[in-house]
Amino acid sequence: MALTTLGIIRLRNLFSVVILSTIYSFLMATLLLIFDAVDVALTEAAVGAGISTVLMLTVLYYTKMNEEKPRYRSVLPLIICLVVGGLLIYGTYGLPPFGAADTPIHTHISVQYLERSINETGVPNVVTSVLASYRGFDTLGEVIVVFTAAIGVLSILKRDKV
Amino acid sequence: MRLDLLLRISSKIFLPFIILFAFYVQFHGDFGPGGGFQAGVIFAAGVILYTIIFGVKKAQKDFPEKIFNFMVPLGVLIFTVTGLISLSKGYNFLDYDALAHYPKHGQHIGIIAIELGVFVTVIGSMVSIFYAFVGRGKK
Repeated sequence: MALTTLGIIRLRNLFSVVILSTIYSFLMATLLLIFDAVDVALTEAAVGAGISTVLMLTVLYYTKMNEEKPRYRSVLPLIICLVVGGLLIYGTYGLPPFGAADTPIHTHISVQYLERSINETGVPNVVTSVLASYRGFDTLGEVIVVFTAAIGVLSILKRDKV
Repeated sequence: MRLDLLLRISSKIFLPFIILFAFYVQFHGDFGPGGGFQAGVIFAAGVILYTIIFGVKKAQKDFPEKIFNFMVPLGVLIFTVTGLISLSKGYNFLDYDALAHYPKHGQHIGIIAIELGVFVTVIGSMVSIFYAFVGRGKK
């Protein structure tokens, strides 16, 4: 993953950049699969590797294949990125060890979901029951976000037709 | 269009399976990984593959753009109406226990209904955005 990221930064050919980010998405999906987050892995593979690659390639068809040389120095952003990244990595030392069962997120509400889901909703996949039933209102919000985004993009792209 | 015979034939073979897999992910979301969002993206990918292989004109004839534009708000409506039905029966908004006599059945119906809403909105948005990009034409 680090190699693909470096490749994305260094390369000036946008086609290779799109393909590398697809590879990055697939690696990310594999990583999520290892963490047993199958639903998220499926989403990452379908959205990150599938749809966004196609949309990027469509956009590339309308623009040039090669990125132009940057007109500004990138030292200051690099320093900011390194500092913030370093702080985040430093922050991970405060987290409990990976997979520990007695951490706060595993002791409060997730136990409740795991125990009550099958009796209350009769749905074996807890991810679905939480998303659709317990947090149905959140999911409604997400659908409205997708709706709003689609309306926004369409109204920008089809401006000249109306 | 003549040179890519292999691509056209193989994608013709693939397309039914992509659509079928989308419906599998949609309706099997209660039991395995997946749900409306993923299924919608997979379905949209099928339509986009069709557009890439057979050209925009043929695709827009077979899958008219208006249907997808219409699907964007339709999904949100399905979702909200499901919530309003349970509200009208005296339960909380989006409380699916109201949808059948037996709470678990109600939950099943409710989850399928709102996943359908998500599915419809996601297909509509993805394909509409793709068509909007493609329809601009090379300048």
